[in-house]
Amino acid sequence: MLHFGRLKIIAIVATCLAGFLFALPNFFTKEQVAAWPRWLPAKQMPLGLDLRGGAHLLLSMDTADVRKKWLESLREDARKRLRDAKLGFAGLGIAGETVQIRLAKPEDAEAAMKELRQMIVPVGNAILGTSGNDIDVTRGADGLITVSLTEPGMQQRITNAIGTAIETVRRRVDSLGTAEATVVRQGRDRVLIQFPGLQDTKDLKERVGQTAVLNFHEVHPSISPEDAKATRIPPGFRIYPSGEREQSGISYLLRETPIVRGDQLADAQGSFDSRTSEPIINFRFNQSGARAFGKFTSENVGRPFAIVLDEKVISAPNIREAILGGSGQISGSFTVETANNLAVNLRSGALPAKLTIVEERTVGPSLGADSVQAGRLAAIVGSIATIVMTIAAYGTFGVFAVLALIANGLLVVAIMSLMGSTLTLPGIAGLVLTIGMAVDANVLIYERIREELRAGKTAVTAIEAGFSRAIVTIADSQLTTLAAAIIMFWLGSGPIRGFAVTLTIGIFTSVFTAVTVTRMLVALWLRNARAKTRAIDVPI
Amino acid sequence: MLPIPDFKGFDFFPHGTRLPFMRYKGLCFWLSIAMMALSLLLFFTRGLNYGVDFKGGSMIEVQSKTGPADIPAMRAKLGGLGLGDVQIQQFGSPGEVLIRVEQQAGGEAQQQVALKKVIEALGPDFTQRRVEVVGPTVSSELRQTGTIAVLASILAIVAYVWFRFEWQFALGAVLALTHDVLLAVGLFALLQWEFDISIVAALLTILGYSVNDTVVVSDRIRENLRKYKKMALDELLNVSINETLSRTILTGVTTLAVLVALFVFGGSVLRNFTVAMLFGVIVGTYSSIFIAAPLLGYLGIKRDWSGAADKRPATTAKA
Repeated sequence: MLHFGRLKIIAIVATCLAGFLFALPNFFTKEQVAAWPRWLPAKQMPLGLDLRGGAHLLLSMDTADVRKKWLESLREDARKRLRDAKLGFAGLGIAGETVQIRLAKPEDAEAAMKELRQMIVPVGNAILGTSGNDIDVTRGADGLITVSLTEPGMQQRITNAIGTAIETVRRRVDSLGTAEATVVRQGRDRVLIQFPGLQDTKDLKERVGQTAVLNFHEVHPSISPEDAKATRIPPGFRIYPSGEREQSGISYLLRETPIVRGDQLADAQGSFDSRTSEPIINFRFNQSGARAFGKFTSENVGRPFAIVLDEKVISAPNIREAILGGSGQISGSFTVETANNLAVNLRSGALPAKLTIVEERTVGPSLGADSVQAGRLAAIVGSIATIVMTIAAYGTFGVFAVLALIANGLLVVAIMSLMGSTLTLPGIAGLVLTIGMAVDANVLIYERIREELRAGKTAVTAIEAGFSRAIVTIADSQLTTLAAAIIMFWLGSGPIRGFAVTLTIGIFTSVFTAVTVTRMLVALWLRNARAKTRAIDVPI
Repeated sequence: MLPIPDFKGFDFFPHGTRLPFMRYKGLCFWLSIAMMALSLLLFFTRGLNYGVDFKGGSMIEVQSKTGPADIPAMRAKLGGLGLGDVQIQQFGSPGEVLIRVEQQAGGEAQQQVALKKVIEALGPDFTQRRVEVVGPTVSSELRQTGTIAVLASILAIVAYVWFRFEWQFALGAVLALTHDVLLAVGLFALLQWEFDISIVAALLTILGYSVNDTVVVSDRIRENLRKYKKMALDELLNVSINETLSRTILTGVTTLAVLVALFVFGGSVLRNFTVAMLFGVIVGTYSSIFIAAPLLGYLGIKRDWSGAADKRPATTAKA
């Protein structure tokens, strides 16, 4: 129990030394560390957003929107396929969560089913080894053909949509000028943005909150939206509200299929109108967009068309002449920021579905700095209190315990630096608390030694018994705390997780330091004392 | 070897004490039951003052750029926005103000609309120190995970205690833990302190600390069961508590000292967390001595542990 071979001592001391070296960078500023020789470790614990200031935004994807868009594209696809195959239909539309088709001639059913079945795409899950189709095409007894979405198909759609959304959001966030922001998926349908240093989230929210689907639509030449509402909306048309004049209730009757889509844009830039100096957006179509737009404008001179952003009309100018060059400008009561933000969003592409902010946590840099200072002070005062009490209670052996505690603190910091786990304010609290509670192991051991000494045991047997008996209790108590820490990690978001991580690391290191390091120091002391005298007086 | 002079520590606590803890077990039992009932009553009548984490809504901490903030004026300004319940309170220095806006009806997007209105109404005289907006989905998820986490922790701990000791010990532990959590919740209900996710983290840490205490006492009880085969159970429990008392007090005092340091110097953000922990350490220590241990006296316990030594996992002895 108290025998430590040379090799073992070297290993223990080396571990503590490594802990010291890897913890070291955290006690200096980044600049100081940068000036160090190359062979010294330089990795610091990254500070959490609550300590350095920054924004945390959790966005949730509107899965109903994903479903809606998928149904719409299925409807278009079905319509096109049946038309191309020259199969007439009496009705074709979205009904609930399905697309329903009623054929004009019942004898076309077989051919139509064959055509529609080609829309089926198999979905597979490589991990689970399952496979199936993304949609089902069925025919009822009354001849109604139903295209329905399957659950795996929907899952895959959501996964793809989240992937695209993350890419798009990243491009938009990066355009705010930092490489440090992180955009990651969370859960099934969420995106988490962490943006260190950002305090005013207005711009960020405007950028990520906009779906930015920009389409150019044909305005119905004769029927006004009011008349259409009163009587009947012509097939293929839909009523769109106006963007900035929402209150006044102006709306437009537009053809549903756009002339040109936003993904046919080649470029968009925020700019100013040369005459009115009003903020505008200059845009340029790609080749196919330019061709379609040129064709439409040359056929419809003198009539209006509508520019629709996220299903809202932002302007409906008249076509004065054919626009053949493929470029133009959008005006529509923008401010400089909104024009710039929209231009960025148009360039970075549309989001596959609407993202809604479900959680926002922003910490200003001043509060972050205050928290760092407060955390540091609390850690220093807490440590000093612990050290003083331990030495006062246990004398020389108390000093050994304190050395072990310091090793413990350094090891926790070193491991966190190596793992790159973020230091949060609750994390500092966890660190301080770990130090306070790590003493418990030493207290258990030393109280036991005292007890054995009082019972008249010799120094060596008392110390042996103290360690071997207390270890069982230490293991029990640490394992139960570990259970709580792991559950906390699972529960936690952000800062709480930081607390759980520190606590967990602290549990492992404190068993090592309290049991192994202290035991080694005591053993070395004992060896020394035995060499000097036979009647050992344990300094405890 | 080491350049440390030999010196003895000050042995704070009288040893060989025989404080008659068990004599008060009946009193403490009823006291604890009364406190638990009171906590439950407070929880159901007054309820907890949930923070934005659990209730949803917005919390904005701002600092005035122009000296002390004029709170009545802010109240008038923000109260007229039609955002329902808006709480405004001074927080820390006179220039710092905490604004809470209740959850808005109409879904996630409305929370952001409310936040925008408040920031616009405040104008350029304030800097935002902290903004937290939690929508209805996230807040209900946090409520759920928070509850599950506390219950799951208790279960995991109890399962472990059951595995290592006897079922009587596990029952004692679960009662002690429930007691600690209930009382902490009761305290927050009584004083209407803000209860948010960090308090749940505090509750979990309290569980860890409290069971630690319980395990230490239980370990000693088991050891003494082997040692004093003929001693009356109540006396044996009493001896065990007394023998571990110096450890209980010293560890408790050290932990409390650290917590006080966190409370005094740790800044405003951690304050509620620290208070919960302070309370929990005291209650947790109490419950190990006055609930978990006496319960064994009521339940009775296996007296013959002669064969049990082999059952100990040998691995724990090697660390």
